[in-house]
Amino acid sequence: MNDKPKGTDANSSADKKTKHNKYTDISGVEIIAEENFRVMSPGRMVAKRFFRSKLSVIGLCMIIFVFLFSFVGPLIVNVTWGYGETQVFKIERISSMVTTASFEAADGKDYNYYDESQSHVYFKAPISWDHWLGTDTSGFDIFVRLMYGGRISLVISFLVVFLETALGVLFGGLSGYFGKWVDQLIMRIVDIFFCLPGLPILLILSATIASIDAIPPEHRIYYLMGFLTFIGWAGTARLVRGQILMLREQEYMMAAETTGIPARKKIFKHLVPNVMPQLIVTMTLGLGGIILYESTLSYLGLGVPFPRAAWGSMIALADPSKGQEILANYPNMWVPAGLLIIIAVLGFSFIGDGLRDAFDPRMKR
Amino acid sequence: MWKYIGKRLLLAIVILIGVSIMIYALSMLMPTDYIDRQTAPAVANGTMTLDDVTRLKEIYGLADKSFFGIVKSYSTWLVGAFTGDLGYSFLFGRPVSTVINEYMWTSFILAFIAFILETGISIPMGIRAAVNQYGGYDYTVSVLAMIGTALPSFFLAALLMNVFCIQLGWLPLQGLTSATKIFAADAHMEIFLDKAWHLILPITVLVLLGVGGLMRYTRTNMLEVMNSDYIRTARAKGLPEHTVVYKHAFRNTLIPLVTMLSGSLPGLFGGAMITETVFAVPGIGYIALRATMQGDIPFIMGYNMFLAILTVIGMLISDLMYMVVDPRVKLK
Repeated sequence: MNDKPKGTDANSSADKKTKHNKYTDISGVEIIAEENFRVMSPGRMVAKRFFRSKLSVIGLCMIIFVFLFSFVGPLIVNVTWGYGETQVFKIERISSMVTTASFEAADGKDYNYYDESQSHVYFKAPISWDHWLGTDTSGFDIFVRLMYGGRISLVISFLVVFLETALGVLFGGLSGYFGKWVDQLIMRIVDIFFCLPGLPILLILSATIASIDAIPPEHRIYYLMGFLTFIGWAGTARLVRGQILMLREQEYMMAAETTGIPARKKIFKHLVPNVMPQLIVTMTLGLGGIILYESTLSYLGLGVPFPRAAWGSMIALADPSKGQEILANYPNMWVPAGLLIIIAVLGFSFIGDGLRDAFDPRMKR
Repeated sequence: MWKYIGKRLLLAIVILIGVSIMIYALSMLMPTDYIDRQTAPAVANGTMTLDDVTRLKEIYGLADKSFFGIVKSYSTWLVGAFTGDLGYSFLFGRPVSTVINEYMWTSFILAFIAFILETGISIPMGIRAAVNQYGGYDYTVSVLAMIGTALPSFFLAALLMNVFCIQLGWLPLQGLTSATKIFAADAHMEIFLDKAWHLILPITVLVLLGVGGLMRYTRTNMLEVMNSDYIRTARAKGLPEHTVVYKHAFRNTLIPLVTMLSGSLPGLFGGAMITETVFAVPGIGYIALRATMQGDIPFIMGYNMFLAILTVIGMLISDLMYMVVDPRVKLK
């Protein structure tokens, strides 16, 4: 599927039916030209190459699924079942625990113990028609919480990637265009950010936010986004700078120079748009990484605070340090969240790879 | 070359000072630290007054949270750090460098075995995938590699624990040694086997997570080499395909591989925070997470600087290795 020679898209997409176009040349003679090719815009060529790859289409389907699930899903649930992520369900059931023990006592007889204890459990309901994945330790509907968790992950990842890119383009653009001491200064700062250990710093920052009482828990997510951007912008800046250094020497920039337009316009109108393909690819590939970071923080209890759902904190229920019960007996509580993380991250990396191949067939990885 | 190394080392010092300023400022921003947490019950029941807490903090130079206070305590820390004194960890009551040294080796063994397995598995896989580009093997391995990189470590760990520790009962769930067994002091072999038995799952997690990226990297670079002219020449000479792939192509793929692998130094010594925590393996990552959560500022500083130094050294080594394996590269 990918092994066809690239770059012949204009010809390979020739329509079977030939069109007849009428042209009038300078002398006024009408020419009827038989057109056996179609001119494609670069955008369409990219799209065509993108959709030719099976993996990118699969990735796109995965992401569309996750998006529908987490953004349309809650709306449907609201209308049909009429509740949200923090609705508590007390479903009474009797859980019986059987313990048996048999041993040979000192008097030489075999003793068999059988003990059955019953208790009323209101939470942790099993899978049922009302609750497709059961309820969790707090009596929340897991299926619905998965949807809201997806919202958090997707919103955070998109916003962070856009913020990162904005910062990266700004600093990378300045650095690459002006060179000299501006470049030196910005690149040294970027170097420092590269050497900052990501996860430990995120932990420090998140722990800080979690312990400040003045910050309402529902605002923590915004700080979280800020931190993720803070950790991640340096990579984009380096990429943009490298590209701009290369583009700056090209002839069209000389042409732009001669028109005497201001530097701001030269950077953001002539240089940055040419970095866009690489940027879009890194942005798409970056989305998955941010979802992983966010879920790791949620797993450690430093992400979105408790009553709100997040995929990471749903998996944290299975943490064996808090007891093995859920890990062993309630896979419905944590396996779906993990699968959704994989689907989302994998989908983004499939799309990112597909885009990279589509933008530049030579850049094939 | 020595000039280059000297220049890089100077730059490294500038970077490290920048990193330390940033980490220090961030950890001083934490509104509660270890002292607050430890003294909170005593303050609540009246055995300690807030003045006592402040005095305690002054001893450690953490009381003054104004800008100049932070600058002053930072410069004290920096001077200490240059003389090799990273201060005392609150949580452990011992010098930070001792604590790091003590827990680092568990992490190192864990990461080193995983590293060996990763390279041993992923490089041959990457080569085979590149040789059969767009074949069935290539697609299967590439998709599996991508799934590997998409897995959150804690989820993979939970899945493996569920299957191997709980359903099958083959492997222990957490820890580094069996709490229920008592070994004789000279039973080194048994202790070793017991530890190895506990490390199987953590190593599996690290390998499964790491194989994907390395395999794809090998594949990409191998593909690049396979498309170059001298490979065509080698084939035209009539060399067997095996020689072409493993002698001509692979040796050139080694250039980027060696540089990348020598850059993985921080991963080897710095500990795998999440994996170690999930499996409760007492390595440096596990300890660091606990210390961070408790606001143990000297340890946080020491650990993060340790990581930053490893990163800087890793980058320097990978640049130098690049020159060693590829004589065409001249560093200036």
